[in-house]
Amino acid sequence: MTHFTREPLSLERLVAEVSSPACGGTCVFLGTVRNGPAEGGVTAIEYSAYEAMLEAEFGRLLADAGGRWPDVRIAVRHRLGTIPVGDASIAIVAAAPHRAQAFDACRFMIEEVKRRIPVWKKELRVDGSEVWVDPSGRPTAKPSHV
Amino acid sequence: MQTTPGTVQVRFFARYAELVGRSATAVSLTLPATVGDVVRLVRERLPGAGAIPERPLAAVNLKHVRLDAPVQDGDEVALLPPIAGG
Repeated sequence: MTHFTREPLSLERLVAEVSSPACGGTCVFLGTVRNGPAEGGVTAIEYSAYEAMLEAEFGRLLADAGGRWPDVRIAVRHRLGTIPVGDASIAIVAAAPHRAQAFDACRFMIEEVKRRIPVWKKELRVDGSEVWVDPSGRPTAKPSHV
Repeated sequence: MQTTPGTVQVRFFARYAELVGRSATAVSLTLPATVGDVVRLVRERLPGAGAIPERPLAAVNLKHVRLDAPVQDGDEVALLPPIAGG
């Protein structure tokens, strides 16, 4: 199984992957491309990755989560390529016997993704500029036209 | 200490790939050596690489490592810009 795709994410498929009669709570996290007041006219984000390491690190991350919550079933996909505002870039689904574990595992996964999974994003803006984004969510350099 | 010649493959991603204008390069070096040594050699030898931080995130053979981690002949060393996924 690969943990990335260049196609729109299918939440239904991910939920089906973790569905189990033993699970009474399923928590879903969707990360979506944003163009808020502070974003400066983002039209899309171009996501790139070190794909081989992404797969290896997702494997280690899922093993870590499995060690912490043995009863939780987790599915995760990161979308790569150019993703328009409003579309999902990552989907995480955690299903557990009880809701607390599902919430905890889902939160753990997205926080660790942001710390460990080698993915980068470049904002594509309405004025034609392109800006790499740093981990705090802010651009690392001025737009090219400034 | 006995030294031997070695070569590692260095990979660049995202902004770092733009800075050096390529996605990979082979680096010859004297072993034993560390990831930090590889970073220093890349910054010295490769045009544009001076703009890569002296202490970037790095991986060896698909695993995150510290800069004092050793490298072996044939390793793949990746220099990783600040991670921004999700």
